[in-house]
Amino acid sequence: MHLVIIGNGITGVSCALAVRRLRPGARITLVSAESAHHYSRTALMYVYMGHMRLSDIKPYEDWFWDENRLGLVYATATALNTAEQLVVLNNGTTLRYDALLLATGSESKLGGWPGQHLAGVQGLYGLPDLEAMARDTHGISRGVVVGGGLIGVELAEMLHSRGIEPVVLVREARYWASVLPPEEAHLVDRQFQENRVPVRYHTELREVLGDAQGRVRAVLTTAGEEIACQWVGLAIGVTPNLSLARMGGIDTDRGILVDELLRTSAAQVYAAGDCAQHRQPAAGEVPIEQLWYTGRLQGETVAHTICGQPTRYRRGIWFNSAKFFNLEYQTYGRAPAGPVAGMDHFYWEHPSGRAALRVYFQAAPPHAVAGFNALGLRLRQDVCQQWIRNHTPVAAVMAELGAANFDPEFFPQHEQALVAAFNRQFPQQPVVLKRRKGLRALFG
Amino acid sequence: MSSTRTTPPLPASSPAEKLALSVVAGGLLTLLLALADADPARQQRWFYLALGLLGSGMLAWSWLKYGRHPAGVQQHSLWLRASTSRGAVAWVTGLVLTGFYVVLYWFSNDDGHGHFGPLNNLVHALDGFSRALRARPADQWFLYGTFYTLAVLLMGVRALWKYRHSRYQLIRTASVMFFQLGFAFLLPGLLQFFQQPEFYFTYFWPLKYDYLFPGTVTSLLQKGGLGVFMVFWGAAMSLLATPVLTYFFGKRWYCSWVCGCGGLAETAGDPYRQLADKSRAAWRWEVRIIYPVLVLIVVITVLLWVHFATGSTLLGAAGGVAAKWYGFVIGSVFSGVIGVGFYPIMGARVWCRFGCPMAAYLGLLQKHFSRFRISTNGAQCISCGNCSNVCEMGIDVKQYAQRGEPIIRASCVGCGMCSTACPRGVLNLENGPREGRYQGSQLIHADSLRILS
Ligand SMILES: Cc1cc2nc3c(=O)[nH]c(=O)nc-3n(C[C@H](O)[C@H](O)[C@H](O)COP(=O)(O)OP(=O)(O)OC[C@H]3O[C@@H](n4cnc5c(N)ncnc54)[C@H](O)[C@@H]3O)c2cc1C
Ligand code: SF4
Ligand code: SF4
Repeated sequence: MHLVIIGNGITGVSCALAVRRLRPGARITLVSAESAHHYSRTALMYVYMGHMRLSDIKPYEDWFWDENRLGLVYATATALNTAEQLVVLNNGTTLRYDALLLATGSESKLGGWPGQHLAGVQGLYGLPDLEAMARDTHGISRGVVVGGGLIGVELAEMLHSRGIEPVVLVREARYWASVLPPEEAHLVDRQFQENRVPVRYHTELREVLGDAQGRVRAVLTTAGEEIACQWVGLAIGVTPNLSLARMGGIDTDRGILVDELLRTSAAQVYAAGDCAQHRQPAAGEVPIEQLWYTGRLQGETVAHTICGQPTRYRRGIWFNSAKFFNLEYQTYGRAPAGPVAGMDHFYWEHPSGRAALRVYFQAAPPHAVAGFNALGLRLRQDVCQQWIRNHTPVAAVMAELGAANFDPEFFPQHEQALVAAFNRQFPQQPVVLKRRKGLRALFG
Repeated sequence: MSSTRTTPPLPASSPAEKLALSVVAGGLLTLLLALADADPARQQRWFYLALGLLGSGMLAWSWLKYGRHPAGVQQHSLWLRASTSRGAVAWVTGLVLTGFYVVLYWFSNDDGHGHFGPLNNLVHALDGFSRALRARPADQWFLYGTFYTLAVLLMGVRALWKYRHSRYQLIRTASVMFFQLGFAFLLPGLLQFFQQPEFYFTYFWPLKYDYLFPGTVTSLLQKGGLGVFMVFWGAAMSLLATPVLTYFFGKRWYCSWVCGCGGLAETAGDPYRQLADKSRAAWRWEVRIIYPVLVLIVVITVLLWVHFATGSTLLGAAGGVAAKWYGFVIGSVFSGVIGVGFYPIMGARVWCRFGCPMAAYLGLLQKHFSRFRISTNGAQCISCGNCSNVCEMGIDVKQYAQRGEPIIRASCVGCGMCSTACPRGVLNLENGPREGRYQGSQLIHADSLRILS
């Protein structure tokens, strides 16, 4: 079998590794236009900030691919013929496949603003963007970041690390309003303040203004403010990269349409990761998932189907994590940004504003736990997921909270304060702290 | 993927930072004055002025650089600055350090008239302090010990500021500063003051290999009660306490909490931790070198004891010659010249990783008879590589984390930096039951490909 994978991101690579394991004899070819070797997209910011070099963000050393007989082709796939099962590359070769995985990822969304074509206006998705950003932020004093999401805060942190003042425009009333409840967003806002990053809430970009050389010189906001700047980062989200799929006549909508087995409309062609759109997402799940974790999971899942073990994509219990300047964030299960009928929650915040925990649970007895938001504390994923899966009552969760504590040794332990706060907020479900932190607690 | 094309310019240091650094530079120049001035009184004045400038400049600079910013991971421009990314400054620093060690080890012996080679003036500048502490004039080793301790203390303060968001790092840094100052500097000095053997209670065989050599043991035993206790302490720590403590805490109880070599690496070497080579090739060299060193010192020790017990002259000669060569090649060249001289090029743990027999011994215990492991938090790893980057032992931590597997490696010194640096809270140093110690997370499908052989 010859499996051709377009895209060497986490999705393509996860699929390749899983297929190698399931089918030791398969021929596997990974094609990528972006880089000769797989690298971690999530670590782009650290390269800009000088924490690491590009070679440090490669998840595998270069010998890995050869030793595991994974063929790498550094080229762009320019045409796809699904009838004859052929992929044409821009280096003049044509690959015949028995199975084809489209793992072409995303592209930065552009908002269609006047002036967005000016030099110094860009998104951040891949290596060319990183290069452009490094070049265009040379010696500048201010950059405007458009978008109050995860990439937005990363861009702000990147600029800040070079002594460039970032000004962040956020359309909503608070940071990442679609995901974070107000209290959590407020803690992120404190990070912005502490690092002296000005944020304009309720503010959108209206126009990018250029100078005579065609370079950005300022932005105009919907609030009517003109902000002088030498660089603009657009971080309003990403959109699936569909060019090859469209060329091959494969059904697309916003993404490449796939069924539960991650099959596209063409025989022997699969799609997974950022570029895929599920025709029928499971209840409560979104059709397009643009995360490192889901890319990995989809890649592994589709590998099974490709190897003759049809496997439905099941995302499982949601989880995600991020870091806002110095504030770590982890979330598990269902953690809506606003009130949801039938769901209640408990919130605790440390007086320092550097740690907080929100526990979501069903309003009806036995108050099964549904999700967690943790800021500035680390929670054990295995334990949280087990509680959520087993519908553990929130009182039991609070009593056993120490079992989920993943903070390093000697860190302050907040379980007692948490339980006390819980008992104040929910006196009808009195809790006695049973378990403090420790591995023993997990296995014992 | 070339790295130059994405290299933005360094942000300029603030005028205050520049001022602090020039005070440090002034301190170094003043040290040269002390070295050059023949007048003993002025020597001493220059010397202490130099220490004052170095100390205050370093402290001021550390505060300006780390203390003023909000507490958190501060790694900006690490790989962009010449000093911390093997640039010209790093090579010069490496050469100066290496040169210092060469002069210290081979050209600074007392010529019999109290003259200590090129470092003579610096040594004598310390006579007063040495008399007060040890009731004897200074020698080149006292000068070295003073510099070493100052480096651990000053750079220790820098580390405290830099890592103040992590209590693990605060306590651990305070611990290495305490053991260096108290047990590796003041206490041996005081012992000498009271006419007792100069003994280091925090160094054990096989690192301090001669502590279990028959020669050292017999001479200590002749020194009366305290000498007997020292022999007992040395043997008990090497053979009893080491396995027990390592069983409970991993090798970190020693390597990154107590040991002086580790202490210097964790403080003065902190700017260089990212330079440790993470490649599989480097790992292979590590295994090829460090275990033979352990075997060598065990064999030499046994030889010497057999000779001692049987009086065989042949064994005695072989053991003696081997011990001498071991002392030269491993004790001086490897642990000193290469171990510290190459800090700015190969990272601060070259000796600990490739050469130290104590690390090899602790590592075997840690790998096979310990409750220690670094746990991985489910499937949260994003393969960003921050953990591997800061691992001074050159462990490619992310290889394990991205598979959801715990990290159980002989070489891990438990510095905790991987856990501190991880932006997703994935890693945690833990002591726990040995059952299931290798068990990975169920939340990630670890591929069974051969990554690490
Ligand atoms: C700056 C940034 C930070 C992020 N941080 C996080 C995070 O912290 N956590 C998280 O969960 N997610 C994060 N994400 C999202 C995450 O990185 C993506 O969801 C994930 O990388 C998608 O993986 P993929 O393999 O599906 O696609 P990609 O990684 O985009 O890989 C697709 C590859 O295919 C190549 N390609 C496309 N078309 C062709 C063609 N025709 N021929 C050849 N090659 C082609 C592309 O060049 C690209 O290299 C971040 C994303 C960005 C941009
Ligand atoms: S693995 Fe982590 S704790 Fe161990 S030596 Fe490396 S950085 Fe330190
Ligand atoms: S363990 Fe943490 S630091 Fe290491 S690669 Fe994973 S996310 Fe990055």
